[in-house]
Amino acid sequence: MNSSLNLWLIPILPLAGAAINGFLGKKSSRQAVTTVALFFSGAAFAMALWVALRFSSLTLPYHEYLAHWIRSGSFSADFAFYLDQLSLVMLLVVTGVGFLIHIYSVGYMWDDPSYYRFFSYLNLFMFFMLTLVLANNYLVMFIGWEGVGLASYLLIGFWFTKDSAASAGKKAFIVNRIGDFGFLIALFLLIRHFGSLTFDQVFQSITPMSPETAGTGLLTAIGILLMVGACGKSAQIPLYIWLPDAMEGPTPVSALIHAATMVTAGVYMVARSHVIFERAPTALTVVAIIGTLTAFFAATIGIAQTDIKKVLAYSTVSQLGYMFVACGVGAFSAGIFHLMTHAFFKGLLFLAAGSVIHAVGGEQDMRKMGGLKSFIPWTFLTMGIATLAIAGIPPLAGFWSKDEILWKAYQVSWVYWLIGLITAFITSFYMFRLLYMTFFGDYHGVQVDTHGHGHDAHGHGEPHESPRVMLVPLMILAALSLVGGLVGIGDRFEHFLAPVFGATDAVEGASHGTEVLLMGVSVAVALSGWWLAYLLYYKRPELPQKIADALGGFYQTVVHKYYVDEIYAAVFVKPLIDGSTRILWQDVDRKIIDAAVNDAGDGARHVSDEARHMQSGNIRSYAGWIAAGSAVVIAFMIWMGVR
Amino acid sequence: MVQSYVPLSYYLLLSGFLFACGVVGFLIKRNIITIFMSIELMLNGVNLSFVAFAAHWHALAGQVFVFFVMVVAAAEAAVGLAIIIAVYRTRETLNVDQVNLLKL
Repeated sequence: MNSSLNLWLIPILPLAGAAINGFLGKKSSRQAVTTVALFFSGAAFAMALWVALRFSSLTLPYHEYLAHWIRSGSFSADFAFYLDQLSLVMLLVVTGVGFLIHIYSVGYMWDDPSYYRFFSYLNLFMFFMLTLVLANNYLVMFIGWEGVGLASYLLIGFWFTKDSAASAGKKAFIVNRIGDFGFLIALFLLIRHFGSLTFDQVFQSITPMSPETAGTGLLTAIGILLMVGACGKSAQIPLYIWLPDAMEGPTPVSALIHAATMVTAGVYMVARSHVIFERAPTALTVVAIIGTLTAFFAATIGIAQTDIKKVLAYSTVSQLGYMFVACGVGAFSAGIFHLMTHAFFKGLLFLAAGSVIHAVGGEQDMRKMGGLKSFIPWTFLTMGIATLAIAGIPPLAGFWSKDEILWKAYQVSWVYWLIGLITAFITSFYMFRLLYMTFFGDYHGVQVDTHGHGHDAHGHGEPHESPRVMLVPLMILAALSLVGGLVGIGDRFEHFLAPVFGATDAVEGASHGTEVLLMGVSVAVALSGWWLAYLLYYKRPELPQKIADALGGFYQTVVHKYYVDEIYAAVFVKPLIDGSTRILWQDVDRKIIDAAVNDAGDGARHVSDEARHMQSGNIRSYAGWIAAGSAVVIAFMIWMGVR
Repeated sequence: MVQSYVPLSYYLLLSGFLFACGVVGFLIKRNIITIFMSIELMLNGVNLSFVAFAAHWHALAGQVFVFFVMVVAAAEAAVGLAIIIAVYRTRETLNVDQVNLLKL
């Protein structure tokens, strides 16, 4: 009955696309590259849909064994895939949103000289992300984990001739290495203590442990180390700093990798490891605290940013924080639910922002936009929907998932709930601020005649609407943002995931009133955030500057992102560079290693310089050496004989 | 049974002395003829030790070796003297320090 699903095709298809475009794309036409890229990512999506259709007839979890990889003693790790409700959700999100963004990119990247390279990387990313999602053990997951990091690096630095893009790529890669270090150590601990990395086996040996005995160390350590890995990938405090810089990449990349899919890999990994976390209360608390702090902290930075993509980047960090809060309070399904809805509306926000940037000819500063709603109505409409969704206005997607998280957080501690609520307010405020600054008021951009001075690289005149190939994905995502939350009504989403996360404790009927009350509070908070943004950025646009002036130093601190980058530079980067320069380079390398090699060479030359005199070409001196040598040998023999 | 009236060590000392004379002469003399004679002296010093041992151990091998050495020495003398004459004809000197280039 469980005939093979050929799951392996799902990741392999985009890989084939990446290979074809990567090797042959340079000499092919744009149309051919487009066909290949869309066909293979679309085929992966079709496969995923086919799997989803057959899902109810499968015995779960479904395993697919491909080949064995590492066999060492009793330890083994195979190339094998794993499908359960959780993987299916991720699978559909990754392939679905990924496919839409592929379509969008056709329009967005059409004029780029490295068109083929972009799609090759994008397909490569899909391959690694699907490997990560479908893995049946931590090691295969780790391949995907590192692979998406690589793809992210390549795509952030896609315009590598730009210095800032190249260094942003490096920053993302290096910061992620720190997280991966934690992840790796967690894997070593798992091998050491459970002798396996396969999800089933590890979880089977952990399941009998009770939280009390296990909380004494091992599982807590593994949990926290896994969280370190998740912090790197999912941009949480203290490793979130790479994500805002990652906006140097093309906008579709920001949408796909740095909003919808890759950055949620940490959440997925934590949710996948829920068996470990559920038995390590301390680790769970760490996850919840990191999530709460990140959500709040990043949201406050988002208020003061003027770059449209930076606002969205900090918003992403903040929303990822929400997902970790959900995981941290044990509501993994709520976290995954938010992951899914976030993929819809944040993907949409980024794509719409890309459409805006496209419309105004590459400008990203919101202060130079304004009044765009009449120029690009479709972008405005879809972005408005996404903003309503992320702000948590019912009945859009973000409301359901965010409210679910806040409700679960409230059940654990009102502190998480309160901070989450404040964050929701800030989120609503900065998102509507973005909307008003971009689409309302007067256009502040350079006024250009159709052929006049001030043409940019795209050769724009007035802001103009994007081509249809970009608008269609926007509309589909807008539709998903509208209705995507409805699957969560009546805990349906939670029930769907219940076989993975276990049945949740039935919520007592008495608290139902509380739930409705809290729901009302969060809607009120979202609306007041909207109102405040309306007041400050539409009604009284001169007010924000006054408030900023009044706040003075604090405002500057927020604008400069709390100087976190500068602090990291002073505390970690500079000592490292100085230490490497002074000690490792100038002392160790030059004075010890180089000196040893050079001195060995010099010494050999000096010795041979002296020894050269023995071979003078004078026969009698040779004879003298022979005589002296034999004298020494004879003396030695005599001495030995005497002794 | 041949009684050896002179102890073996006397022969060896004389042999060593002759050999050392040859070495020193070879090293310090500049005249090719003298050097040539020093070589002969070394050969004969060694010959002496051969025959001394041969007599001492009643083994004929040593004496056979001496004949070989003498044959080689004779051949060497023939070739060597011919070379010396050739050198003298071209260089007008027998000083080895002036014959240190490997060409005539």
